[in-house]
Amino acid sequence: MDSINSALDYLLGIPILGLGVQVGFIYKALLLLVALLIFTAFILLADRKIWAAVQIRRGPNVVGPFGLLQSFADLLKFALKEAVIPAGSDKVLFILAPLITATLALGGWAVVPVNDGWAMADINVGILYILGLSSLGVYGVIIGGWASNSKYPFLGSLRSAAQMVSYEVSIGLVIITVLLCVGSLNLNDIIRAQYEMGLAHMIGLPQLTFLNWFWLPLFPMFVVFYISSLAETNRPPFDLVEGESELVAGFMTEYSSTPYMLFMLGEYISILLMCAMATILFLGGWTAPIDLPPFTWIPGFIWFFLKLSMMFFMIAMAKAIVPRYRYDQLMRIGWKVFLPISLICVIIVAFVLQLTGWGWHGGTA
Amino acid sequence: MTLPLFFFYVFSAVAIASAAMVVASRNPVHAVMFLILAFFNAAGLFMLAGAEFLALILIVVYVGAVAVLFLFVVMMLDVDFASLRSGMLQYAPIGVVVGIVLLLELLLVAGSFVVSPEAAGSSALPISEGMDNTRALGTVLYTRYVFLFQGAGAVLLVAMIGAIVLTLRHKPNVKRQDAIKQVARRPSETMQVVKVKSGQGL
Repeated sequence: MDSINSALDYLLGIPILGLGVQVGFIYKALLLLVALLIFTAFILLADRKIWAAVQIRRGPNVVGPFGLLQSFADLLKFALKEAVIPAGSDKVLFILAPLITATLALGGWAVVPVNDGWAMADINVGILYILGLSSLGVYGVIIGGWASNSKYPFLGSLRSAAQMVSYEVSIGLVIITVLLCVGSLNLNDIIRAQYEMGLAHMIGLPQLTFLNWFWLPLFPMFVVFYISSLAETNRPPFDLVEGESELVAGFMTEYSSTPYMLFMLGEYISILLMCAMATILFLGGWTAPIDLPPFTWIPGFIWFFLKLSMMFFMIAMAKAIVPRYRYDQLMRIGWKVFLPISLICVIIVAFVLQLTGWGWHGGTA
Repeated sequence: MTLPLFFFYVFSAVAIASAAMVVASRNPVHAVMFLILAFFNAAGLFMLAGAEFLALILIVVYVGAVAVLFLFVVMMLDVDFASLRSGMLQYAPIGVVVGIVLLLELLLVAGSFVVSPEAAGSSALPISEGMDNTRALGTVLYTRYVFLFQGAGAVLLVAMIGAIVLTLRHKPNVKRQDAIKQVARRPSETMQVVKVKSGQGL
């Protein structure tokens, strides 16, 4: 009984107001979830607004001031409409697929440190956990496509399976290069390593933290990661999974109302997760770009949020300005360009670290 | 009952139930789904045993890649599974024999701990204190077992090349695209601007 009580204590916490509040796990999780969902609502709007601005349109501007409440109106509409389940579909799997997509996307955020020590679970293998969950994301798409029992969804899901498995390889190798420099799989360690060592320390100006971040020494890997994350999340220009000119809407064709919303939600949250990963791996997470007073006054999670938003802006711009790839070109770029580049980079980085003795030596374990 | 023990029973029960469903379910795609669920619960058991690196590698490699390809193949197969199933009784004896051998081996391993309890706590390579198991695994693989590890890698590489050689067919007379050549083309090399006088043509 004691252990169950202590587990309950851990989960619910002791809500004492005042200093030294021990907030329980469930409250923290709820807070993160609500913040993330509201952020996603505005990110969805931002995506449409950026796209519109590039095409010299206004974008959504009717609901609320500047259309700020558009996503919430969409949410209401999705939730209130009737969910149509095709007669020939596999009903259990049909409903399960969007749930899998949304759950996995949300689950990845459990280990993301939005500020120093703010991660829900500061686990030793955080980066592997995120990689594992993002590699499971393909199941939502495959199951959805197959359970629809329809041609286009099935073709779309086959495409996505091949695409996501291919680009995971290069993402994995990019992560390995960063891990070689850090020597730890812990996400907080990865950020701390970018704060405590790097180019700024070498040139004797340790205040210029932004020179420390891995985007500079590992710039090719940053580019590979950025493009691979577009492909991994099925974003344009690699959205062949739902390419409407060929596959109607891909695996989502048969989906409507709330299940469709869950797919969209999962997709956008996993895009944000990829942005968060880029922020952690290459942009120094919650550290301020310059380690001097006006910048250090701003709390870490604001910096994290700003970097995340910048990464998302880049992804949204890619959607707006790059035409869609052809499928064989997509596969070619994944296997024949990114894979060799990242493999060679892993070898070069390993050699450099071994010969010079650079790399981080302050790990917790 | 402690919390880890509770989760141990949950993971094991679901793993065994889903393993049974892999064999029992009528739809092959459902069978693969249950197989994935079984993998997942095995990863959970690894996690409970404190082997978080192995647990996540199991998920990334088996669930995230191998099982996806598995699902891929099963979905595309056009096999009448009812006819396959009719021969099940025919193969049952072989399955039972394999199952019994496996069970005996497991009993042997578990039995050795009963016979000599002191063996239970000792491992061949004890993990030193304050080392997470990712680092411990890496240290062991790249020092003590480096040649075996590299050898295993070489075997896998050979197998991969073999699979590619067996399936790759170069058809003659097929027009292929060369992306580098296409990108390197310049208008000056391929286009010619000609002033055509009216009424004359080229």
